[in-house]
Amino acid sequence: MADTSLSAPGPKLSPGLRASLPVLFLLIAGFLAPLLTVAAYAFATPKSFDVFRSFTLENLSAIFDPNNTVWTSFVWSLALAFACVAILLVICYPIAFGLNKVFGKWSGFVSVLFVFPLFVSENVRLYGWVLFFIKNGVLDGALKWFGFSGGPELLYTPGITLFGMIYVYLPFMLFPMTLGIAMIPRDLVDAASDLGAGRLMIWREIELPLAMPGILIGALLTFVLAAGAVAEAKILGGQSVITITQDIEVAFTYAQNWPMGSALALILVLIVSGLALSAMARLDLDKILGKR
Amino acid sequence: MSSVAASPVSDSPASLKTPRPVLQLVDVRKVFDGFAAVDGISLDIEEGEFVTIVGPSGSGKTTLLRMLAGLESPSDGYITLRGELINDVPSNRRPTCLVFQSLALFPHMTVGDNIEFPLRVRKMAPEERRKRALELMAKVRLPEDYYSKNVMLCSGGEKQRVALARAFAYDPDVLFFDEPLSALDYKLKKLLEKELKDLHRESGKTFVYITHSLEEAMVMSDRIGVMRAGKVVQIGTPEQIYSTPADRFVAEFFGEVNIVPIRRAEGGWVRKDGKPVAVAPGVSVDGDEASVVIRPEYMRFVTDGAGAENTLSGSIFNEYSLGSRLQYQVRSRTGRTFLVEVPRAAAWKGDGEVTIGWDAVNAIVVGG
Repeated sequence: MADTSLSAPGPKLSPGLRASLPVLFLLIAGFLAPLLTVAAYAFATPKSFDVFRSFTLENLSAIFDPNNTVWTSFVWSLALAFACVAILLVICYPIAFGLNKVFGKWSGFVSVLFVFPLFVSENVRLYGWVLFFIKNGVLDGALKWFGFSGGPELLYTPGITLFGMIYVYLPFMLFPMTLGIAMIPRDLVDAASDLGAGRLMIWREIELPLAMPGILIGALLTFVLAAGAVAEAKILGGQSVITITQDIEVAFTYAQNWPMGSALALILVLIVSGLALSAMARLDLDKILGKR
Repeated sequence: MSSVAASPVSDSPASLKTPRPVLQLVDVRKVFDGFAAVDGISLDIEEGEFVTIVGPSGSGKTTLLRMLAGLESPSDGYITLRGELINDVPSNRRPTCLVFQSLALFPHMTVGDNIEFPLRVRKMAPEERRKRALELMAKVRLPEDYYSKNVMLCSGGEKQRVALARAFAYDPDVLFFDEPLSALDYKLKKLLEKELKDLHRESGKTFVYITHSLEEAMVMSDRIGVMRAGKVVQIGTPEQIYSTPADRFVAEFFGEVNIVPIRRAEGGWVRKDGKPVAVAPGVSVDGDEASVVIRPEYMRFVTDGAGAENTLSGSIFNEYSLGSRLQYQVRSRTGRTFLVEVPRAAAWKGDGEVTIGWDAVNAIVVGG
């Protein structure tokens, strides 16, 4: 390990390993090291910066204390993430199908429409929605102008938080799904029809399984992003719901309790990666792709 | 709708004598963006026949087959199956089945599940399905333990057999084949051609096969149709197509040939250089321009001992071994290339300057 000089005698590195050194270094410095630091902070003395020098389970026991209500933040984050993924699956499938099979020469234009919002900062877009939904805002004001009694009180509710998440994460579900559907060879659909299958059977037995890798990647991506969402709950939801990411943020900033923030982050990472890995293990990508 | 369909079949009294065609095409056209991929094809396919449509790529043969299978609908004309108009009947309601060029096997299913797919559509009981699939696997010579093998792990020839078994599981009246053997190596192709022919005879079903390979068509077919630019230019038995091609295109398509352009002159035909050409009696060609088609095996070297009715001189510039036969490329004085094929025993021993010739009886005169 200490021997970094290439000319020095000793065990030679294989060409593959040498070629992968830059990436390896990047992953260690940029991914593994911060993660380990967070993990180490999670076991440091509360409200201190004694990382790597102290070891205590106080942070974790504080989180699992029955009087601590931080678990509600975990529940909200995960529930919102699950709901977001479920609704996006339903919304995006028809759009992805259309991009592949229906829109024809317009599909490029439609794709751009879905990509375009990504060029604008998420917070700016969310504040845009606030202006749209706020009292005397675009919706409320327009309805009043037309003589109605005004718009519904949507802002600062868990529902609008979910709406914001669906809006923000839609492209992350849509594009992997579109790629997944594009992977269905047309011949297979034709062959299934030629062998007598109706539309529903073709969808269930041919299209859905073959598009599954893309759908799965979209679902995982949106789930991971949605579980870490914070801006939607703060800006649109008006903190009517506290997500776990907000708790972590508060711990690191106002509270200046890095060990507590790290402990919360560690638990979130464990939950999300555990769920993602178990989903991946259950759905065998190789088998779906016919490689096994 | 059905009255329209019935008329072309029942009108002619001749159709009462001959077996009623299982598939009938009347002036079928398919136009894509102003381009006629299939441009007015009329064709009768008899019950139990093995008909092959050959043609170069882009001749419209795949489009024709897709219309017959119900994957495209004709822009014009009628397609009838046993007298019923099927122009707009979707593919899943037709008693026909297509074996795709790509084979279109379902990659996420086992061999057994692939074969059982059409049976699952019909809601056949699982036990019965399995029994039928194993029967079909035996028929196409797939080992029984392949039943639960992933289909993508099968070899090219095995995939071919799975696709065939799946098509037979559908139990169609007519089977269509879209160049399914094109991706296989020569030896396997030959084997599967023979097996396909056997399956055709055993099953008694009607096969419509398309290919661009002359050999494939010759080996398997009862009748061959030659397509060019969306039209069927000739249809007949392999023998008819080979010995009396309708035009230069068909002659050239069916293997290597020598072409000598000729024109009508007083008292007969002459070559471009004015030399008279002896042609077989009874040649009837419209127009003043024609071509003489001579297969390489009917071309020979002219020596003092052996003359020929037509001769031309040139020089040998290439010699190929075809195994038991030798092929020479001879360039004539006018710069045209001729192929001469002789048995190895008759190899040319002299120098490069040769006179080659052919007899009128062995040459075919075609228009154009």
